[in-house]
Amino acid sequence: MTGYLRPRDDAEAIALRAAHPDYLVLAGGTDLLVSAHHKPAPVGILDVAGRFAGITVDDGGARIGAGTSWRAIATSLELAARWPILAAAAREVGALQIQNRGTLGGNIATSSPVGDGLPVLLALDATLHLASARGTRALPYRAFATGYRKTALGADELITSIELAPPPAGAFLGWRKVGTRAAQSISKVMAAAMIEIVDGRIVAARFALGAVADRPIRIGAAEAAAIGQPADAATAAAVAAATRAAIAPIDDVRSTSAYRRQIAGALLARFVDNAGRR
Amino acid sequence: MTSEFVLVVNGERRTVAASPWRRLLDVVREDLGLTGTKEGCGEGECGACTVLLDGVPVNACLVVVGQAAEREVTTVEGLAVGGVLHAVQRELVARGGAQCGICTPGIAVCAKAIVDSGACRGDDVRARVRELLSGNICRCTGYQLIVDAVVAAAASVDGGAA
Repeated sequence: MTGYLRPRDDAEAIALRAAHPDYLVLAGGTDLLVSAHHKPAPVGILDVAGRFAGITVDDGGARIGAGTSWRAIATSLELAARWPILAAAAREVGALQIQNRGTLGGNIATSSPVGDGLPVLLALDATLHLASARGTRALPYRAFATGYRKTALGADELITSIELAPPPAGAFLGWRKVGTRAAQSISKVMAAAMIEIVDGRIVAARFALGAVADRPIRIGAAEAAAIGQPADAATAAAVAAATRAAIAPIDDVRSTSAYRRQIAGALLARFVDNAGRR
Repeated sequence: MTSEFVLVVNGERRTVAASPWRRLLDVVREDLGLTGTKEGCGEGECGACTVLLDGVPVNACLVVVGQAAEREVTTVEGLAVGGVLHAVQRELVARGGAQCGICTPGIAVCAKAIVDSGACRGDDVRARVRELLSGNICRCTGYQLIVDAVVAAAASVDGGAA
């Protein structure tokens, strides 16, 4: 029969994970429990809902517990002040019921190519903190997603927190989700960006897209096209072209490859344009 | 095979024997006979199965029974106190905020939570109500009267103005 374990604290969660690597780690369930009644029951459930939760912000940056709900992220004034694109993405996850249950760590762990928070984590170059009974380790988020819903998380590991460094002073941060409806609908394309401009030239850029590949991805070719250039129309056009050449999105029920490629280029170009107009 | 779970449902301790993989939605409707909670999509998109878990609106189709154990679950049957309807129920009735009725229990439950929490106070209450209720889909598209009712209920709960 299906086992069910609800740890009393975070340390017990890590110990139980070591003892039950075959159990399903369940947090808010907003991805894993979709149509649960049509899915075979897992060997067991390790219920981590409510564990590893909370937001701490200081001069060094932010630590967001993996079990922090989207609602808590969406309503955090401290996060909104310095990492506004994460708060913006949180507000666009599902709707109230989903935001109340769904967690940032769950979004990272299930690693859906359309996970709403994931391009933002790439644009912010977030660091994940992972723990197991063997110890803890830090891993850049950019090294975490390794394939379609495949990650670098060990079978005995849990994601404990997400660390965000303060963005460079004055950096432009952009986020845009394109779907059929503001609430609930799964994205056709998501884009996030960090653009740092010094003396009229882009000195650093991170461009990330969701729903255009088997995992959320950085667009290195678009970043290379931007760095060293002014944030003007020519650079925006070069970023769009580099983006469209770099991705091979799929046709599915939500959108087409051609539309995704077109929009992805346009979104990143608009970020460059907006960064230059400030 | 089943396990025993104790849930506090509408203020009453209820023991259910269920697989830990069983959805709270099925426990509420089938095991506890509280059929006010509806299943629309089973995927967390429509909000028809909205219940309160420790006072917070969630989709009962996306919670398994163990996650509700030793927690407070409020269904639409628990909104009225001593036979007196909650303000959102009263206003939904008074303003015709229901057509076919399938979405109505979920809307009443979600609206109760947002009205009671004060989340729809501030500027442009109508827009806030629309945003906070965007996880409750009405396919009769009777949104105007639903929003009218919730706005009126918020005013009534906050200041007795309605």
